[in-house]
Amino acid sequence: MEKFDKLTGIAAPMPMINIDTDMIIPKQFLKTIKRSGLGVNLFDEMRYDDDGKEIPDFVLNKDAYRDAQIIVAGDNFGCGSSREHAPWAIKDFGISCVIAPSFADIFYSNCFKNGILPIALPQEQVDILMKDAEKGANARMTVDLETQTITTSDGEVITFDVDPFKKHCLMNGLDDIALTLEKAKSIDSFESQASQARPWV
Amino acid sequence: MSPKTLYDKIWDAHVAHEADDGTCLLYIDRHLVHEVTSPQAFEGLRMTNRTVRAPDKTIAVPDHNVPTTLDRAKGIENEESRIQVDALDKNAKDFGIHYYPVSDVRQGIVHIVGPEQGWTLPGMTVVCGDSHTATHGAFGALAHGIGTSEVEHVLATQTLIQKKSKNMKVEITGKLRPGVTAKDITLSVIGETGTAGGTGYVIEYCGEAIRDLSMEGRMTVCNMAIEGGARAGLIAPDEKTFEYCMGRPHAPKGAQWDAALDWWKTLQSDDDAPWDKVITLKGEDIAPVVTWGTSPEDVLPITATVPAPEDFKGGKVDAVKRSLDYMGLTAGMKLSDVEIDTVFIGSCTNGRIEDLRAAAAILKGKKIKDGLRAMIVPGSGLVRAQAEEEGLADIFKDAGFEWRLAGCSMCLAMNPDQLSPGERCAATSNRNFEGRQGRGGRTHLMSPAMAAAAAITGKLTDVREMM
Repeated sequence: MEKFDKLTGIAAPMPMINIDTDMIIPKQFLKTIKRSGLGVNLFDEMRYDDDGKEIPDFVLNKDAYRDAQIIVAGDNFGCGSSREHAPWAIKDFGISCVIAPSFADIFYSNCFKNGILPIALPQEQVDILMKDAEKGANARMTVDLETQTITTSDGEVITFDVDPFKKHCLMNGLDDIALTLEKAKSIDSFESQASQARPWV
Repeated sequence: MSPKTLYDKIWDAHVAHEADDGTCLLYIDRHLVHEVTSPQAFEGLRMTNRTVRAPDKTIAVPDHNVPTTLDRAKGIENEESRIQVDALDKNAKDFGIHYYPVSDVRQGIVHIVGPEQGWTLPGMTVVCGDSHTATHGAFGALAHGIGTSEVEHVLATQTLIQKKSKNMKVEITGKLRPGVTAKDITLSVIGETGTAGGTGYVIEYCGEAIRDLSMEGRMTVCNMAIEGGARAGLIAPDEKTFEYCMGRPHAPKGAQWDAALDWWKTLQSDDDAPWDKVITLKGEDIAPVVTWGTSPEDVLPITATVPAPEDFKGGKVDAVKRSLDYMGLTAGMKLSDVEIDTVFIGSCTNGRIEDLRAAAAILKGKKIKDGLRAMIVPGSGLVRAQAEEEGLADIFKDAGFEWRLAGCSMCLAMNPDQLSPGERCAATSNRNFEGRQGRGGRTHLMSPAMAAAAAITGKLTDVREMM
C-alpha cells in the first residue's frame, strides 16, 4: 500500500456539505475491473458538461487548483455507497488528503487502504483551512502525519487526531492482509471454537 | 455480567483477536459478493497468490449491471458491464464460491437473495462490498458494507479489522396509521437524525411499530440505516424472524435448528443496556413521506410544501439552494402538485414480495397516467415468480407497468435503466443524490404504495386518498 507521511501542496476548497460518492465518481465509471485510471473522471458530473467540456467554475478546473493535492470540504464527505472507486479516483487525480468536519464511515476507512489521509476537524478549524485554501496556488498547506499537524500558508498550526493503528499502517504503507495473516493462529482457533458453538454457521 | 446491547453480544461472539489498542479482528460468517466491487479484490488475491479462506461462507450474485428486460438471455450489450459480469462468473468458478448466475431463477439483488436463500441468519456477521448490506440487520445480524480492499481482506482472512462502534437506539413507539409503511419509518428517522446522525454508530431499531413490521418491512428499515450514516442497523430477532428463516435452503435443520434457536432467543439488548444515543419517534406521528431534495434527509410528509433555503442553517442553506435548482422545484410549492415522468418500483429497499403486494393493492383495476414511464423490477427471480403466481404481475401489466426481470436496475442506473436529464421519477429506491438514477435525473424517494399512487395520478400523491 502507498505510504503517507508528509505533504505540502495546494488545497482545493469545496465547502459543499454531503459530497457523496456518486458525485465523487458516478456509476458509469464503476464498470472497470481495474483500480487505476479513474482520476480523469473524478467529480465527473460537476467537472464536465454534457459534451464532455470542462465547466470553468468547478474548482478543480481552475488553473490555481489543477494540481491540488488536498481537498478541504464540508460536512459528511464521502456519504453514500461503499465504492472504493471514490478514493481510487481521488488518489489517481493526485489528491492524498481530504479535510472535512466529518466523513462517512465506509469512505473514511477506504481512504486509509489507499494512501489517503482523511482528517476530521471541528467546523471552526475547517473554516480556517477553507479560507487558506481559497487563496489559490500560492498558498500551500503542509500536512504532517507524524506530528499530526496541519500548517497553513500563514504558519498557523492545527493539530488533528488519528487512530494510532491506522496512522502506523499509513506511515509505513503496510499491507493489512499480510498483517492479519500473521494472526492466522488466532483466526484458526476462533474458527474451530465457533464451529463447535455455532455449527450451523 | 454487565448489561449488553444486541450489537455488543454479536460483536463479542465474533472477536477473533483483540490488540491492546482495541483494534479487533472480527470474524465474518457470511460474505456476499457482487460484480461491481469485487473484480479488483479477486485480482489482488491472484497477484499475491492468496486464496479464499472460506469459500463455503462466500456467496456471489451479479445484480448491479444485469439488464432487466425480458430479452436478457441474449447477453449484455454494454461491453464493460459484460466484462464485469463475466469476471464474476470466472472468479466464482476459479475460487469455488457459491454462485447464482444471471440464468438462475434465484438470481436477484444480493441483499434480497441472501435472506431468501437462508444465508442470512440471526446473530451472524454479514458483509458485502455494498453499503446496503445493512439490510440483513433485520434478522438481528451485524451486517455492513465494506470497500473493495476490505472485500479482499475478508476473502483472504475471513475477518475484518474493526474498532467497535457506539450504540444508538431508535425506538418507534405505538402503531402506524393506515397508509404508513416501513419506508416512511426509515425516511422519517433520517429526516430526524440527518444523513450524518448515525455516523460512528450501530443502530438498533425497536418499539411496537418495529415489532409489528413483517420481515420484509424490517429489511426496508435496516436497508437505509446507511443513509442515516450508520454502518449497520439491527432489529432483535423474534418469532417472525424464526418463522421466516425456517425451511430456507441454507437455514439449519433438525437438531442444529433447535440449537440455533436456543442461541437466537438470547439475542436481545438487556433491559438496562447502556446507549450512547437514543431517538424516539411516535408511530402515530409518522405520515407517508417523500423526498424533495438531493439527500435522503430532505424528507417531508406528502401534505407539506417545498421548503426554502432560508429555513435551514449553516452549510445546508447552500445545499438546499443547489438541491432546489437541481430538482427544478420552488419553495412554497405543494409537494402534491409536483408532476412526475417516471415511476420505478424495485431495489434492495423495496423489491420484495410485500412491496409488490402493496403496490398492487393500489394499482388493482387502475391505469397509470397517459405518457408515464413505469416499471416494476422484482428483487429476485423468486420474488418475480411469486408475484406472477399471486396474480400481481397481471395487475401491473394491466395498469401499464413494464414487468421486468430481477436486478438493481434504476436504483443506481448502471444497466440501461436510466433517467434522462430533467426526467422526474417517483422511486422506491434509497438514494436521491444528483445523477444517481442518470445524469440530471430527479429522484423522489417514497414507499411502493406511494409510488403506485403517483403512477395513477402522474404527480406526487397522498396514498391515503386512494385507500
